[in-house]
Amino acid sequence: MKDFAFHRPASVKDAVALLRAHSSGKVLAGGQSLLPVLKLELAEPSDLVSLGQLKELRDIRVDGGKLAIGALATHDQVHHSAEVKKAIPALAHLAGGIGDAQVRNRGTIGGSVAHADPAADYPAALVGLGATVITDRRSIAADDFFTGLFTTALAADELVTAVQFPVPKRAAYAKFAHRASKYALVGVFVAETAGGVRVAVTGAGPKVFRLAAYEAALGKKLAPASLDGIAVSSADLNGDAEASAEYRAHLIGVMARRAIQALA
Amino acid sequence: MTTQGIGAAVRRKEDRRFLLGKGNYVDDITLSNQSYAVFVRSMYAHAKITKIDTKAAKAAPGVLAVFTGDDVAADGLGTLPCGWLVKSKDGSNMVEPPHPALAQGKVRHVGDPVAMVIATSKAAARAAAGLVDVGYDVLPAIGLVNDAVKPGAPAVHDEAPNNLCYDWHIGDPAAVDAAFAKAAHVVDLDLTNNRLAPNAIEPRAAIGDYDVANDHYTLYTTSQNPHVIRLLMGAFTLHVPEHKLRVVAPDVGGGFGSKIFHYAEELMVTWASRKLGRPVKWTAERSESFLSDAHGRDHVTSAKLALDAGGKILGLRVRTLANLGAYLSTFGSSVPTYLYATLLSGPYDMPAIYAEVKAAFTNTVPVDAYRGAGRPEAAYVLERIMDKAARQIGMDRVEIRRKNLIRVDQFPYQTQVALQYDTGNYQATLDLALEQIDYPNYDKRKAASAAKGKLRGFGISTYIEACGIAPSAIAGALGARAGLYEAATVRVNPTGSVTVFTGTHSHGQGHETTFAQLVAEKLGMPVDNVDAAAVGGSAVVKALDKVIDKGKKIAAHLLEASAGDIEFKDGNYRVVGTDRAKAFGEIAFTAYVPHNYPIETLEPGLEESAYYDPKNFTFPGGCHLVEVEVDPDTGVVDVVDVAIADDVGTIINPMIVDGQAHGGLAQGIGQALYEEVRYDAAGQLTNGSYMDYCMPRAADLPNFKVGNHVTPCTHNPIGVKGVGECGAIGVPPAVINAVIDALTPLGVTDISMPATPEKVWRAIQAARTTTTTKKGG
Ligand SMILES: Cc1cc2nc3c(=O)[nH]c(=O)nc-3n(C[C@H](O)[C@H](O)[C@H](O)COP(=O)(O)OP(=O)(O)OC[C@H]3O[C@@H](n4cnc5c(N)ncnc54)[C@H](O)[C@@H]3O)c2cc1C
Repeated sequence: MKDFAFHRPASVKDAVALLRAHSSGKVLAGGQSLLPVLKLELAEPSDLVSLGQLKELRDIRVDGGKLAIGALATHDQVHHSAEVKKAIPALAHLAGGIGDAQVRNRGTIGGSVAHADPAADYPAALVGLGATVITDRRSIAADDFFTGLFTTALAADELVTAVQFPVPKRAAYAKFAHRASKYALVGVFVAETAGGVRVAVTGAGPKVFRLAAYEAALGKKLAPASLDGIAVSSADLNGDAEASAEYRAHLIGVMARRAIQALA
Repeated sequence: MTTQGIGAAVRRKEDRRFLLGKGNYVDDITLSNQSYAVFVRSMYAHAKITKIDTKAAKAAPGVLAVFTGDDVAADGLGTLPCGWLVKSKDGSNMVEPPHPALAQGKVRHVGDPVAMVIATSKAAARAAAGLVDVGYDVLPAIGLVNDAVKPGAPAVHDEAPNNLCYDWHIGDPAAVDAAFAKAAHVVDLDLTNNRLAPNAIEPRAAIGDYDVANDHYTLYTTSQNPHVIRLLMGAFTLHVPEHKLRVVAPDVGGGFGSKIFHYAEELMVTWASRKLGRPVKWTAERSESFLSDAHGRDHVTSAKLALDAGGKILGLRVRTLANLGAYLSTFGSSVPTYLYATLLSGPYDMPAIYAEVKAAFTNTVPVDAYRGAGRPEAAYVLERIMDKAARQIGMDRVEIRRKNLIRVDQFPYQTQVALQYDTGNYQATLDLALEQIDYPNYDKRKAASAAKGKLRGFGISTYIEACGIAPSAIAGALGARAGLYEAATVRVNPTGSVTVFTGTHSHGQGHETTFAQLVAEKLGMPVDNVDAAAVGGSAVVKALDKVIDKGKKIAAHLLEASAGDIEFKDGNYRVVGTDRAKAFGEIAFTAYVPHNYPIETLEPGLEESAYYDPKNFTFPGGCHLVEVEVDPDTGVVDVVDVAIADDVGTIINPMIVDGQAHGGLAQGIGQALYEEVRYDAAGQLTNGSYMDYCMPRAADLPNFKVGNHVTPCTHNPIGVKGVGECGAIGVPPAVINAVIDALTPLGVTDISMPATPEKVWRAIQAARTTTTTKKGG
């Protein structure tokens, strides 16, 4: 790890100003993805802008049928939050399945979505529920937020401040974990929302994606059997020594069915 | 009588400091004026070094020195030696290419050290390491052992034609031919024993400290056997007399074999500390451990078993190709030969065996002993082929084993592959294991699993291992270049407490407790009065017997009796048949304050040493049973029950024996389901981090049912046999047999380790396709 300057701004405004002043600086939230990157010297930022002082970004509240989770809410906080459990139990369940206890105690939802790891769990919930990412300057629909492998619609000096989830009728997340890393090898989020059934898949491709064929079939009848006969193409899926693209395609079908059975 | 002697579940004395975080590991040691070393390692599997430019690195801030292979050669540092000479079938010696501490001219595996950078801080050393400019001419490489022996394969070492180190054999080929000629059934099996990384939780570390005033070196190193390291460094690599070199192995956080061997880094820091005139410290990073700790296993084998019509074994033929990696590690040559093929009789009465082992060099990290070392590979071959034989003949898997296990009345049993088993009761361990898993009700459990949509499988393995390699004279005749005895000194302190010194090192086994228990047993004192500073058990007992005998002479003097009339019991010396007695503490005090003492005939003091050279190996063994549930939709295998019954000989501490069994089982299940070092054909390691290399976790394992049936070893003073490796040997084939059993109804006949979800899923798919085709056709 290379040396860097360390800042602890007291407001979102100051944080953004620091990022503007140091063009090769980086935001630090829970450090669960950033620190491994620094240790491996894959990134060598000149400055780290820590969000630790911004306590207001830790709030979780339900407002007008929407669940708003502050960017600094930890995975553990989301997992145990009474509001989340009541509004979207699938989301509390998802947060409890991220990494291990240490990771959940430090890692944040804002960091997870900004990092946009193709095998992260939260992106499936954001896209599966049609959430909105709130930043210091605008709102971005989840469908437009994740643009590729580790890339998002965020500008270099832009901060995620919260994620807003519409409360669905029912939802569920089924994850098949990578045996070593415990990230999602395949994770499928299924939600019955006001706008119809949404199905989002993480881990299997270069970024989270929706499965239109599944959504159409489940829109007619929300039952596992509706998926019979609908093949998932492995053409654009990841393949590696842990799991080939064909195996991932197969797991999407299995995990989608398990999510449907778990809808709550 | 003490309640802390042999057989007592005494809590481990050493755990207090570990639980308090007060262990003292090499990386915890900081010497004054210490400097830090970082190694520049090859990123290529095989390449010619065209240049090494160290100018920029030497000029970097904080850098004290940069050394390369040329410096190592100029100072005449010796090549890292191999401790066991194996001879090929034709009588020729194995090929021993040099293994320089820093690469000279060529690199032969990813991670091969090329240069050593030493600086005033670790960060400075790391930064400067990035400035060492190494030019490489990349050569074709061999990543997989099967490719090493193909015609026209690139040569890892010019000295080794066809990349072979040796082509060795054991057993009687004619007897085996005859057995196959009369066989009613012949069973064929090809299998791979997957390559593993040892993954001790404490990475290797070393500090070299040269004292110019006394011309004396001290090395602190993460070693399982500091005496061997001192011998090898003194005689072969550093070339200093042993009294000028002290090797300290403080607390060691796991080894599993990987910290037995003499490594380049510990040699280099010791040597460099003299060059620099200050201590030099190196601590491996985890990614470095994957690339530089010796790996384990990596065998490709084909086996054939001949049986008569009733399922009795007539003969076994085995051909194995073993991967040695790029260089011979300290005991690398002995693992696929004397620790593997000699175990191919297993616990079975086998009239004829012939095994051929070729060992090949590849462009991978050296391969050496890893928990079990050779014996797991042997057990895997036997237990897989026994199951296949049962299926092929249509015999029950338990019955085929019962039919072939060596009977109690056959001991001592001479195998066809050199070993003589002294004692055992394989039927008893089989019965105990079956009882513990509730075998009669297995079908009910299978039905319950089926109701949940899971395929349940039952797996069995009856296995044996050989421990306490011995005796020295025979091992020497077979090529061992070191003695294999143990030594101990028992010092009774003036107030009667005891300090034990042994040559063996504890890195998880709990010697501080078990050796104290031996003292408690013999001298009748609590373990808290004993401090066991570190193959020690039998030597400790021999030394204790000497202490007791000397005490008798002192007691005889004090009690005015003849030594022949004194007995020692429950901590007291007594004149037989009287109540005249002296406590052990009084005798100890008298030995050091010899006012009333037979000083003309007896020296003062109470301290005795003993050496113990075992008469034979010991042969622990037993039966491991595993039940799995397979999820047919995903291929995930869950180990839902494990019941084992081992015969580890006399048990000094049942709690420690259980703990050793648990750890071994976890690693064995790790090999069967999770772990595998993956090299691609070009010699790149593709899963050298915990993001990809899958270790077993507590949540992956069920509670283990561990039972013991003891038949004491007949030829050592305690009757112990050994326990640390049993789990890693017995359980992998039991797991795989259980997976195959679960999938047999679908038509699956083979699964290789590790049985990953995708592999299992694919096997199910392939079997379903075949079955459908058959039905359709
Ligand atoms: C052992 C381990 C296991 C894990 N397993 C899982 C798993 O199973 N599933 C899973 O989903 N994840 C897993 N993770 C990743 C974990 O969820 C991280 O917490 C998360 O990816 C990053 O959140 P963070 O708060 O730690 O962010 P940091 O690591 O601090 O930052 C990550 C990135 O996001 C940027 N960033 C952080 N906050 C903001 C913000 N508010 N606005 C803009 N940019 C920001 C940073 O600059 C950085 O680039 C694992 C991590 C580890 C170490």
